Amino acid sequence: MKPALQNRHRIQPLLLAQSMRVRIIFSKTGPLIYIGNLDLQTMWERAARRAGLPLAYSQGFHPQPRIHFAAPLPLGFSSRCEVLDARLNEALDCGGLAPRLNAVLPDGIRVLGAEKIEDTAPALQTQVLSADYEIALQGGFEAGDLKQRIDDLLSAAALPRERRNRRYDLRPLIECLRLSKPTSETAGRIQMTLKAQEGATGRPDEVLEALGIPREVARIERTALTFRRLDVESNRIITG
Amino acid sequence: MLSPQEIELALERILLQVQKPGRYVGGELNIVTKPWEQTGFRTALVFPDIYDIGISNVGLKILYDQINQRRDALAERAYAPWTDMEALMRGHGIPLYTLESKRPLADFDLVAFSLPYETLYTNTLNVLDMARIPIRSTERDETHPIVIAGGHAATNPEPMHAYVDAFVIGEGEEVIHEIIDVLLGQKARADDSARRYRSREQALRTLARLRGVYVPKYYAVRYLEDGTIQQVESLIEGIANPVVKRIVAELPPPPTKFIVPNIETVHDRVSVEIMRGCTRGCRFCQAGMITRPVRERELDEIVQAAEEAVNATGFEELALLSLSSSDFGHIVELTNRVSERFRGRKLTISLPSLRIESVSADLMDKLREHYSGGFTLAPEAATERMRRIINKYISDEDILSTSREIYRRGWTTLKLYFMIGHPSETLEDVRAIAHLCKRVIEEGRRVAGWKVKLHAGVGTFVPKPQTPFQWVAVDRRESIVAKQALLKRELRDPNIKLSWTDPDDTLLEAWLSRGDRRMAEVIFSAWSRGAKFDAWNDERKAGVWAAAFADQGLEPAFYTHRQRRTDEVFPWDHITAAIRKNFLFQDFRQSLEGQIRVDCRLNCFACGILPTFSDLRRAHPGEGWKCPEVKSPSRVQPPSRTEVELPVAGY
Repeated sequence: MKPALQNRHRIQPLLLAQSMRVRIIFSKTGPLIYIGNLDLQTMWERAARRAGLPLAYSQGFHPQPRIHFAAPLPLGFSSRCEVLDARLNEALDCGGLAPRLNAVLPDGIRVLGAEKIEDTAPALQTQVLSADYEIALQGGFEAGDLKQRIDDLLSAAALPRERRNRRYDLRPLIECLRLSKPTSETAGRIQMTLKAQEGATGRPDEVLEALGIPREVARIERTALTFRRLDVESNRIITG
Repeated sequence: MLSPQEIELALERILLQVQKPGRYVGGELNIVTKPWEQTGFRTALVFPDIYDIGISNVGLKILYDQINQRRDALAERAYAPWTDMEALMRGHGIPLYTLESKRPLADFDLVAFSLPYETLYTNTLNVLDMARIPIRSTERDETHPIVIAGGHAATNPEPMHAYVDAFVIGEGEEVIHEIIDVLLGQKARADDSARRYRSREQALRTLARLRGVYVPKYYAVRYLEDGTIQQVESLIEGIANPVVKRIVAELPPPPTKFIVPNIETVHDRVSVEIMRGCTRGCRFCQAGMITRPVRERELDEIVQAAEEAVNATGFEELALLSLSSSDFGHIVELTNRVSERFRGRKLTISLPSLRIESVSADLMDKLREHYSGGFTLAPEAATERMRRIINKYISDEDILSTSREIYRRGWTTLKLYFMIGHPSETLEDVRAIAHLCKRVIEEGRRVAGWKVKLHAGVGTFVPKPQTPFQWVAVDRRESIVAKQALLKRELRDPNIKLSWTDPDDTLLEAWLSRGDRRMAEVIFSAWSRGAKFDAWNDERKAGVWAAAFADQGLEPAFYTHRQRRTDEVFPWDHITAAIRKNFLFQDFRQSLEGQIRVDCRLNCFACGILPTFSDLRRAHPGEGWKCPEVKSPSRVQPPSRTEVELPVAGY
């Protein structure tokens, strides 16, 4: 694969020089947590148009913008570490990208960082290993009781569950689960790290359910995504 | 009432249980949020249909802009929650709130409804109920917001007279400011926590004196024994009777900072209104009658607005709106300039409402090159006799050759709109629709092969207030069903898709648009029995409305299937779109004789617009208005009292 690419580079240096792969790290908060992934894609497409960024599109009858998200965020979760790769038809300085986009994004989406990515870097979504979540509980939970529930869950050999008519074991998807100190405003905070790979992705709301905590009393935020160690510099993106 | 913070907390607990929670959270790009405490006057603009439809409404967007440009006023938005959300909101005690600040509607000084179609009436009651504002105008006091409404349905406001304090008749851009000025002056002192207005009565009286504002409580209706109207009297001094619609002499700059929804909606696009009004004079078309005179925008203004709107929103589609786009004076130049401006920018440009006879080959080439979307033409009728009656005279040859040229240029699907139930229509006229569709697709196959498709949309005519057909009865249910069955039988070609309107929907639209004040109680009964979202399919709908009429002891056919006397006073006669009843009647008689009236850009038929707005016209001479110069308007005969034989549709 690599020799072929380099070959193409030599033959058509202009083509590649004119295009660019860019990685954007952004947060998703407020009303925007209720916007699903498909709508989020459209949102970015329009934001790029407003910012005058030349997004590249796929070939074919229904050209799609070449935007790829690292790991789709379920509806209702906020996040301070969403990552996407986009291809632009023009090489430009990434330094000015964040303010340029932030000027045209709705409140609730903020670009935290943008960097150029090698064309040869593997597809973003294949590189995610796990995701960290922080859950703030609204009232009615006693720390000792919560700790007990967590310990019970972690000591189970298997946690058979069913989601969308598919049976699976939740236990091996949990890498880390612990109680953090409650602050004054919330009854308790839970932190967890869950696997986030193709075919093996843990959902924090499933963990909450297994803990016997109703979804409505929990605010869930994704705080970090961990990537496979790449040849490129950043392998772990933690923000905020 | 709950505070915005309490509402947000309560929402958090229910939003993940509803479809598309993005409808209910706001946070869109280009919304305006102003400091609540420091802004003297607060308006909630309500589109009483779901967010997905309401968000792209241009009328409401214009008002949102107009109000938010004022220092002393703010405008926020609300839409009708879908049934899943409504159930949860009611269950959790959440009142209807605005998307910008999450404040209950009842906290606002003014609640303004947009009513573009009549099937939103039950939703309007439901919205008031969800907002915990008393539904009936008479039950509101100084603590409540003033409730106003406007839009095309206000052409006959009477069915909603009991629920809306004041109606805006005609165009709202100027009068909304006058309304806010009046109400600002009537507000109670800020330290008077018990009252919002010093006197509701005084506020409404002052509103009633504004031109183009109709406050129903100051008008009394007297009925004749047969249930028709004897007369409508004004109850206080200094109010107009009839109430004449408002217009703006010149279209104000179009809004460009459109709100960009975060979820997929029905019309994801920016719209620039290129022209208001229509000069064609189709006799069935209410919009064409009530939006006169025709006013065109300058090319430069349109192109600049389109550019600003696309840049401010990033939308992938731009619609150039009007009632009849191809009649716009410089349409080819406009499409040229817009194409040039957006070359290479992945933008779909759509030009809805094209007239068959004014779509030139040149324009089609332009459209092919840079515009996408389907191609829709509206012949409305398929026989020469019928076309003369409705005053939309387009020959079969024109329709066939235009269709051929469209297919030839690579559009594979053509949409044709027809209407059944026109006055004096027979089954032969309906059969001709099927016949014409077959000839059109054959033309297509000749030039483009077997891949071509045709979509025939066949609506059912509703004789609307303030049109030449307001004297006509609605086609009978069994007749509509027979005509639709005929079309289904005739159009069995797999490449022709036929769609039609449910007869129950047509009848409902007719009752609501032609009703008098007594319809208000029918609407209330229907709503109490669960009617809402009447524009949506619901199998229970017909039964609910039949029961509602029975509750009130009213006969539905009185509104829809009765022959009208030529001298009948209509429930809407004290409201006028500045089109004289005599003019409408003369046009109606010409229809009976099969006489065509040409485009009134070419020949003035003295509809009444120019004398009514002569001051405005004098102050704004020139090309903006498309009314031709008139020396002496022809005298029109008043309706004769002798019985003219009235056609009943379908017989």
